[in-house]
Amino acid sequence: MWTWFHKLASPPHAYRAAGVLKPWFEWPALLVIAAAAYGGLVLAPPDYQQGDGFRILYVHAPSAWMSMFVYVSMAIAAAVGLIWRMKLAHAFAASCAPVGASFTFLALVTGAVWGKPMWGTWWVWDARLTSELILLFLYLGYMALRASFDDPQRADRASAVLAIVGVINVPIIHYSVVWWNTLHQGATVTKLDTPSIDLAMLVPLLAMIVGFMLFFAAVMCDRVRAEILRRERSASWLSEVG
Amino acid sequence: MQAASASMSQALGSLLEVNTLDLWRGDRHVLRNVSFTVGPGQFLQLIGPNGVGKTSLLRVVCGLLPPESGDIAWRGRSVAGRAGREQFHGELAYLAHANALKGDLTAHENLRFGVELRRTVELDAYQRTMAALEIDRCALLPERVLSAGQRRRLALARVLLSAATLWVLDEPTTNLDMAGFKVVEDCISEHLEAGGCVLAAAHHRLLEGDPRALALELD
Amino acid sequence: MAVGIARLAVLVIERDLRLAVRRWDQVLQPLVFFLIVTTLFPLATDPDMSQLRRIAPGVVWVAAMLSSLLALESLFRPDVEDGTMEQWTLSGQPLAWLLLAKTAAHWLLSGLPLVVISPLVAAALGLESSAWKVLILSLLIGTIALSMIGAIGAALTVGVRRGNVLLALLVLPLAMPVLIFGARAVDLASHGESAVGPLNLLAALAMISVTLGPFAMAAAMRISVES
Repeated sequence: MWTWFHKLASPPHAYRAAGVLKPWFEWPALLVIAAAAYGGLVLAPPDYQQGDGFRILYVHAPSAWMSMFVYVSMAIAAAVGLIWRMKLAHAFAASCAPVGASFTFLALVTGAVWGKPMWGTWWVWDARLTSELILLFLYLGYMALRASFDDPQRADRASAVLAIVGVINVPIIHYSVVWWNTLHQGATVTKLDTPSIDLAMLVPLLAMIVGFMLFFAAVMCDRVRAEILRRERSASWLSEVG
Repeated sequence: MQAASASMSQALGSLLEVNTLDLWRGDRHVLRNVSFTVGPGQFLQLIGPNGVGKTSLLRVVCGLLPPESGDIAWRGRSVAGRAGREQFHGELAYLAHANALKGDLTAHENLRFGVELRRTVELDAYQRTMAALEIDRCALLPERVLSAGQRRRLALARVLLSAATLWVLDEPTTNLDMAGFKVVEDCISEHLEAGGCVLAAAHHRLLEGDPRALALELD
Repeated sequence: MAVGIARLAVLVIERDLRLAVRRWDQVLQPLVFFLIVTTLFPLATDPDMSQLRRIAPGVVWVAAMLSSLLALESLFRPDVEDGTMEQWTLSGQPLAWLLLAKTAAHWLLSGLPLVVISPLVAAALGLESSAWKVLILSLLIGTIALSMIGAIGAALTVGVRRGNVLLALLVLPLAMPVLIFGARAVDLASHGESAVGPLNLLAALAMISVTLGPFAMAAAMRISVES
């Protein structure tokens, strides 16, 4: 079992594996997202309170979920890289950050777009949006720290420490923001949730989340391959690669 | 680059063993397959032009820089593990390019805070060591008014008082005059006599002609 | 003869306090910054006391955060630059403990003065004197948490050239929970309500940061002294 793990950790092997796996993520992602979009935009009934406006949820909620999922994945990869000195794990963490930041940004933008017709303002300090904003700052800080080191190995390890500290803080930040928000709102539920969860609304939502995860996997295949190429550019095995 | 270690080290048993060290700094392959051993009473000096990696090698040995591959063992125990590393550091004194002295503290205070971090020492030991290095007059002066040579001697005093077995010295004779150079050689010689060992990088050959002194050339 | 843990902490704190006493002007700077920042708010908004007292808890807390951020510059940088820190990593002593002691000394010099002067600032912003006890307590606990969190950021960025803005980017988001609980505690007290809830949460944050923080600091510091 360890030999499989060690094999995966070797850059040439991982490079080839990612190349093979990518279409297996890419096409299912496309299909699932298309199906979920159809389910969410066409099949699901309009919300009795928000009408058709709530449908932005189908992009907003999966984006927010992914932004958290990617951060945790990044932190786990960083920890693995730090503890077991696996270079590939560091490459994975480095590739994750801009993707996670993009998901966070997408969640914020869709949140703003949702808010305008609902409450007339482009921004509202509700718990979810504020948490996402702080998460965006954490991603930006991680990327800024990486960029500030000239030596790539030091950049890897320093940002790994930051990612681990960050991931411990994320639940604390989330809890404190929710706590802060309820005092001023009165209700625990964030404004950007549908009040009633109808099955016809829920299924496309879950499908969308699955689609986003597949999409993330496909994107990461490409990004990790590019990262491997960058890091191993002076290695000999590259000359044999197609 | 093979070690210039004589059969002497096998006979006495070695304290420090360095095997096939490889170091990259960014894209530069700084150290290639470096191996050597240092035994008790031995002095190993690194030789080579500027920028060849002498300082980097010393820092890798101390544990400040992680090597790409290779291992280091102290008293037969690898320094990669936590326990091995702690034991190694407890017996190691490192003199870097920087003196690690604070300008606002007096010479004596600087020495005290540097030494007491590792062990407690009686007051007259400070007096004696500073006198041996001819800086006892500066004891109560703030470090920032001392000359560069006096500061280097003060940093060396910390090494002397550390009761370490292995001295790792990076350019110990910087800013020292001829007399200072001799003082450094005498200190090293005494340390070797007492069973300690020294690993150093310096521009001028130290203890030239001394049978205990070996050289390792880097290129 | 080996050195005990307690003796190590005393040594580190004694050294830093001694150095601070000889440069007390540098020690006062973050404190003056704290006062200046709080003055900015009446100038920028409305000097009317009844308006100011509504935002007073937030203003004092934000000013405290920014002041502690500024003070972090002097925490590790001097020791890293003159080579003392790499000697500490090679001393064979637990680095996390040494850094905790150092941060504690730094808090005594930068955090505690804020706590002491806070009633003055509170009065200037019209905060009811009934809330002063909670203000002092929240700042006492909160500045400890801020120092610890800030020290992690400082250890990560100490090797970076002109890294003080980067330090702010890293530390401020991580310190937001401290701000939320601290400001809220004072706000509750100013309305005559019990601030026990947020104060307890603040204490929990301080405890977590004191127990886990030094390990992150040590890991970050070893990376920073490499070159």
